Amino acid sequence: MWEIIRQIFPYAIAFTIPLLITALGGLFSERSGIVNIGLEGLMVMGFFAAAITIYRLEPVMPNAGLRVLLGLAAAIAAGVLFSLLHAVASINMKANQVISGTAINMMAGAITVYLARNITGSGNIHITAGVPRFDIPGLVKIPILGPLFFRQTYITTWIVLVLLLASWYLLYKTPFGLRLRACGEHPHAAASAGINVYLMRYFGVLVSGAFSALGGAIILVTYSGEFSGNVGGLGFLALAALIFGQWKPLGILGASFFFGFASTIANVSQAIPALMTIPPILLKNFPYVVTLLALVLFSKSSQAPKAEGIPF
Amino acid sequence: MKKGMNKELAKALAAVFLGLTAGAILMLVIGKNPITGYVSLFRGGLMSAERIGNTLATATPLILTGLSVAFAFRTGIFNIGAAGQMLIGGLCATAIGLSFSWPRPLMLISMPLCAILGGAVWGVIPGLLKARFNVNEVVSTIMMNWIAYWSVYYIVPSNFKGEYLETESARLPEVASLKTPWLTNLFQGSYINLGLFLAILAVALISFLLNRTTLGYELKAVGFNRHASEYAGISVNRNIILSMMIAGALSGIAGATFYTGYASNIQIGVLPTQGYDGIAVSLLGANSPWGVFAAALFFGLLHSGKGFMNAMTKIPPDISDSIIAIIIYFTATSLLIEKVWTWLRKKKGGKA
Repeated sequence: MWEIIRQIFPYAIAFTIPLLITALGGLFSERSGIVNIGLEGLMVMGFFAAAITIYRLEPVMPNAGLRVLLGLAAAIAAGVLFSLLHAVASINMKANQVISGTAINMMAGAITVYLARNITGSGNIHITAGVPRFDIPGLVKIPILGPLFFRQTYITTWIVLVLLLASWYLLYKTPFGLRLRACGEHPHAAASAGINVYLMRYFGVLVSGAFSALGGAIILVTYSGEFSGNVGGLGFLALAALIFGQWKPLGILGASFFFGFASTIANVSQAIPALMTIPPILLKNFPYVVTLLALVLFSKSSQAPKAEGIPF
Repeated sequence: MKKGMNKELAKALAAVFLGLTAGAILMLVIGKNPITGYVSLFRGGLMSAERIGNTLATATPLILTGLSVAFAFRTGIFNIGAAGQMLIGGLCATAIGLSFSWPRPLMLISMPLCAILGGAVWGVIPGLLKARFNVNEVVSTIMMNWIAYWSVYYIVPSNFKGEYLETESARLPEVASLKTPWLTNLFQGSYINLGLFLAILAVALISFLLNRTTLGYELKAVGFNRHASEYAGISVNRNIILSMMIAGALSGIAGATFYTGYASNIQIGVLPTQGYDGIAVSLLGANSPWGVFAAALFFGLLHSGKGFMNAMTKIPPDISDSIIAIIIYFTATSLLIEKVWTWLRKKKGGKA
């Protein structure tokens, strides 16, 4: 059993990280009061922007590390720009945020494949090199924890964890974070205290764009290696993690890992005899059913931002 | 009332115009001529009886998912789960078609009925959760979509495996297909099928239900103002559950028309795009049944012409999906259109 866990763990973490950073992006948006169900589309946008950038740089730039870095930067820029559409619609135009988010998902899915197909014909963009896996020297020797957390890791994993920590600090330990959260709870009170609600909400939505797109790009440079036009519902899974984590950074970390682990077990269960007894249909459906149950359980005491979804 | 309708129509036309313009820009971006692009897109959907038949067949599930979203909208519920309800409806219909060797009339009745049942169950769960526990239906219907996706993903290969591919079910026998020889021949071998009549019937029934019955009045009242309805003695919870059940049923039939009419088997690993397109259809049709019908025909045309356009001009077929998505975005931001509209009228008034 230990051997199985030890083998699965690096994969589970690799799968968790895009989920975590996307859910964290969603946290910024929803805490500022804007519902963002466009996370999936923003991930696709980052996935695409990173793929096209790295693909184009391959013939001219021999340094793979730099290519990946520029790819991630391009993804973040694309995510910010694309989320601007959602921000304008939901903040200035007072649009229905769910509809705008749906439009974001559909636009990202269609336009990226449209452009990709024009470049490669098939609509898939393959990159030759992503980020390498490595063992963290020293730490990997720690019994039990070492092989689980410090073996075969990606640099992106540590970047995301740093971002998680920074986000927690920003949201809960600074006046700025308090103001941002106030805009999601009671925007009118925030406004009367002199806070620019529009600006805060713009910040929230744009961060969600940057983080989700980074999540999409991480899928590309870690375990996928190829843009395929969709992220298989990972953006919606991130939304589920956000809710199951009750709109809190640590809760999101726990929920993302939980969902990431469950999905990984489902993915590999056919290859590992000990897991073949668990029907994969249960494992794959598990995150969604659990989220529904969480919604029911927390319905009386939901921690959702009170003003989310309501135009200011 | 008349004036309101005109305004809705103007908004819809403006969104379509902006969507088509954005599509033209996307064509220019990849160095194609938008005029030849659009001409071949529309020719691809309309230039022969067969292609018109295909346009109608493509529009059929869109009419039903659009109606599903619009119907729930009227009760103030956002049914984003049409895709999952459609998938489950399709699975139920396919299961009947592949499991039994009944005579054709029995097949034609039992398959859509089973699809209705499956879709209704998939819709009523979020309805119950909303009514009983105040669970946000947007989130719960998204979750139900993915539960449908993964359920079909594993149920189809283990129970209805196809002959050649792991990713689709076995082919339905002719006796269990909604395609029918006289209709196929009338449209020179197109995909058109009996589902179109089911869709039109559904539009008429829902239109009647919403505009001419007490139930419809109550549903709309709940949509306008939950609290006032409650005060007036209308059971809000009952109406929410009922509304989601009917919305789910409509998407369920959409699944039957698509997987057992347009197609001849069910694929795994795909959430049907008609689910989200249904939201676009509903918005563009201003949530009215006949508006939905018209909007679905238009989107059906965009989808069915794209293959021909791709063959003639090499413009990727995903342009149609892009245009539809952009149209939704502009419908959502209709405030912008309204502002420009009033500004233009003021300017005109100032001059006169």
